[in-house]
Amino acid sequence: MTEPRYLNDIKGKFPGTEAVLPEKIKDGIPAFDCPPSLILDIVKYLKAEGFNYLMNLCATDYKDTFEVIYHLSALESKAKITLKVKINREKPELASITPLHPGANWQEREAFDLLGVVFTGHPNLTRILLSCDWEGYPLRKDYSRKPDQYD
Amino acid sequence: MGILLDEAPYILEKMPGGGIIITSADWLINWSRANSLWPLTFGLACCAFEMISTNMSKYDLDRFGVFPRPTPRQADLIFVAGTLTKKIAPKLKKLYDQMGEPKYVISMGSCSNTGGPFYDSYSVVKGVDKVIPVDVYVAGCPPRPENLIEGILKLQEKIKKDTIKNNDRAQIFK
Repeated sequence: MTEPRYLNDIKGKFPGTEAVLPEKIKDGIPAFDCPPSLILDIVKYLKAEGFNYLMNLCATDYKDTFEVIYHLSALESKAKITLKVKINREKPELASITPLHPGANWQEREAFDLLGVVFTGHPNLTRILLSCDWEGYPLRKDYSRKPDQYD
Repeated sequence: MGILLDEAPYILEKMPGGGIIITSADWLINWSRANSLWPLTFGLACCAFEMISTNMSKYDLDRFGVFPRPTPRQADLIFVAGTLTKKIAPKLKKLYDQMGEPKYVISMGSCSNTGGPFYDSYSVVKGVDKVIPVDVYVAGCPPRPENLIEGILKLQEKIKKDTIKNNDRAQIFK
C-alpha cells in the first residue's frame, strides 16, 4: 500500500511539524507533533484532503506541558490521523477548531473545564461538566482539593 | 390502655354489613403509612436500573404498596439510587424539602451510602447523609432488586415501631 500524499505534504507545507516515531505509535494511526500556531491551518488543510470527521479531542497534563490531541478521520477513505500539540503550561492558549468542526464545541469546553486550556475563537467557552462556581481545574496534576461541606 | 398495640385488629362483634374493631391510633396510622409508601425516584447512575427493574412486573413493588411518583408533592419516600455529585446535591436537598411529612429516605448502593468507588473523587458527595437524613442504607454495587425490597421491608418495620407520642417526624395530634 502506497503512502498517502498528505503524510509527506503536511511536513513540507507546515514547517515545525514532526512525524511521531513509528515505535511510539501503538494504535497504527499516523501521528504528528504540530506547533500550536499552525493547528488551525493544519486542520483546515486536512479537511480539504478529506478528513471531515473529528473523532476525538482531548487534553493531557504532562506536568511541564499540556498536550492537546486531535483524532481526525475521513469518512470516505476510512483513513485516520492523529495530531498532537504541546502548549505552554503557564499560558495554555490554543486556536479553537470549532469553526471547522462544530463537533469540537463541547470537547473543547470539556478540556477547558477540567484542564483550563483556553481555546481562542470558541463561541461559548464556559464550564460544561462542573458547576459554574467551581474553583480550579481538577484534572491538572497540581490540583489540590479543598474540603467542602460534602466531604 | 396499651392493648392491641402490636397485633392486627380483629372483629369483636359482627354487624350487618361489617363489624366493630378496636385498635390503637398508633397501629392504624403506622399500618397505613407502611403499606402505602409512594416513592419519588431519584435515579442517578446504574443503581437506577435496578430500581426500575424492582418497580417492573417481575419484582413488582406494587404488592408492597410502593408505587413510583413523578413529583415530590405526592411522595412519602425517596430512593436515592446512584452517585450523588456535588452539582446535583442542592437539587436533591430541594426535592427532599418539597416532600410532605412524614418522609423517609432509602439510600441505595455504595455510591449514595458512602461515595463508594468514587470516595476520593473531587466531585462526588461522600454519602447522601451529608445532605439529607437517611432511614435505610441498602448495600451493594448495585444492589439487586431483592436487596432493595429487603430495604423497603426494613423501612416498613421501622415505620411500624413509630409512635405518635414524642415523634418529631409527624406530630399530628399536637
